Amino acid sequence: MQVVSAIREPLVTGGKTIKDVSHDISRQVEGKPTRLWWMAFGVSLALLTWGGYCCIMMLWHGIGMWGLNKTVGWAWDITNFVWWVGIGHAGTLISAILLLFRQRWRMSINRAAEAMTIFAVICAASFPGFHMGRLWVGFYWALPLPNTFGSLWVNFNSPLLWDVFAISTYFTVSLVFWYMGLIPDFAVIRDRAVVQGNKLRAKIYNALSFGWQGGAKTWQRYESVALILAGLSTPLVLSVHTIVSFDFATSVIPGWHTTIFPPYFVAGAIFSGFAMVLTLLLVTRKVFKLEEYITIYHIELMNIIIIITGSIVGIAYITELFISWYSQVPYEGYAFYNRIQGPYAWAYWSMMTCNVISPQLFWIKKIRTSIVATFVLSIIVNIGMWFERFVIIVTSIHRDYVPSSWTMFYPTMYDIGQYIFTFGIFFTAFFLFAKFFPVINMAEVKSIIKSTSEKTA
Amino acid sequence: MEADKHFVVGIFDDEDVLLDGVKKVRSSGIRIHEVYTPFPVHGLDEALGYSRTRLPIAAFLFGLTGTILALLMQFWMLGYDWPMIIGGKNFASLPPFIPVTFELTVLLAALGMVATFLIVSDMKPYKWPRQFDIRSTDDKHVMAIDLAVNAGKSKDEIMRILRESGASEVNEKNFE
Repeated sequence: MQVVSAIREPLVTGGKTIKDVSHDISRQVEGKPTRLWWMAFGVSLALLTWGGYCCIMMLWHGIGMWGLNKTVGWAWDITNFVWWVGIGHAGTLISAILLLFRQRWRMSINRAAEAMTIFAVICAASFPGFHMGRLWVGFYWALPLPNTFGSLWVNFNSPLLWDVFAISTYFTVSLVFWYMGLIPDFAVIRDRAVVQGNKLRAKIYNALSFGWQGGAKTWQRYESVALILAGLSTPLVLSVHTIVSFDFATSVIPGWHTTIFPPYFVAGAIFSGFAMVLTLLLVTRKVFKLEEYITIYHIELMNIIIIITGSIVGIAYITELFISWYSQVPYEGYAFYNRIQGPYAWAYWSMMTCNVISPQLFWIKKIRTSIVATFVLSIIVNIGMWFERFVIIVTSIHRDYVPSSWTMFYPTMYDIGQYIFTFGIFFTAFFLFAKFFPVINMAEVKSIIKSTSEKTA
Repeated sequence: MEADKHFVVGIFDDEDVLLDGVKKVRSSGIRIHEVYTPFPVHGLDEALGYSRTRLPIAAFLFGLTGTILALLMQFWMLGYDWPMIIGGKNFASLPPFIPVTFELTVLLAALGMVATFLIVSDMKPYKWPRQFDIRSTDDKHVMAIDLAVNAGKSKDEIMRILRESGASEVNEKNFE
């Protein structure tokens, strides 16, 4: 008895049965890693090693190793921080907001997207940590812990401190949400290991699944927990980038002092997050042969979200420009004139091209259903979003109030190394996840097999 | 006969047949121990007569604890323990304390609720579950019926009712 909608495209193709779902997804956890996986993992480890070397050198000698100067005190570190946090917004958006809206297409992509979120937030959090120069005392500076200075407490009026709470809460709640989803799937792998006679794997995955059994009462509670976590995560995900934007918006620097920042940053975060999800999933579906679960239809829907959020970002850019003229504040006007015409104009126009013009190509159905075009454009969007943060941060401060302080920012090898280091963390973690954890939420996909699987003749 | 040791296990292939089967089995006066499914089957908790979970209440109480703790912490630290002049602003005022209060509310609600879930469901990493049928996480729905609880009916009768209710397979399962 299969119910197939006449108007919606199937979410799972290839006439899969429930048993096929267990098999197709568990297979890559059970088998030996392929040569392609080893190669990708090796490259990630190499990035991690070289980046790690740069990190240690920086920690040893201090942040003077970076290219920062007296005028530009924030550059790549905060750019990369905001960039990674932005990327970390898609996962929870997909799993929480799309769950509340009952969008079933989220089911085959939410697991990998959430994993990506968690790794991206780790990468993001490393930048403020390293920027403190002395990581080991960072806890005292960032958290309200009793200390020997009084206790002298942290400043709860500061957006930088709100950031600490927002990012750490976001990380913890996303991790818990992701892990809750994994529990029933670990039990699938455990039971398959029992059948295959692999005792060690059965033991490990049983521990990971907390002894999951799947009784009706447990499922009832589980669904309730998932729904409430989604309800909690939805305002949380919106609050995180709002608070990140407060770092800038509550300051008095022209170009930063903008009330439009919170919604503009949230839209940009979703925009870049979906681009990164696409980049990773297009590779994952190919490497693990999951084309029947992550279909062209999924890719098309994600591309539509990219058009929407990309257009919001474009409108935000234009609004900023308009207000800088309309307000008639000379400093504000100069900040934007300098962005467009000044020495960083190339960064500004790269941002405009990558973020505003390129996603508009997805209006054409042929492009948004093409894998190659989607892959290329998803990378272009992420380059554009990196430039957006660079433009906001560096071009707003490199022309200080006194012309004698005007400078440029030039990254050193250690700025680049720090960035490479986070790529190393991100990809190493992602490849480990893709090998040892089920990359698609089996329990959820099984629950929709009957209604949205492609009918077989 | 000792309780919680001797079971009859019905295997169902399809969730709609299962829902129908649960109603039939219960209407014939048999008490079902539990039904194990590979994915959440909507309406199964109602068919089994389970009451609604009170986890949302737990989540709310944990969230409320977070709100109160966060406000107390901030007002005490900056308003009482060590007031500081920062930019000529009030020592302690509500608006700048809202972001941290919100985050701690969400954090405690989420962590508290998940911990409650794990405790009430008796889930822990070192526990090996009692499996009635290994396929219950793969593609089969498994209905377990405790013979001791249903002492009024013979084993053969229970097995017959299970088959009539749509079970594709009926087995016995005994635990030591």
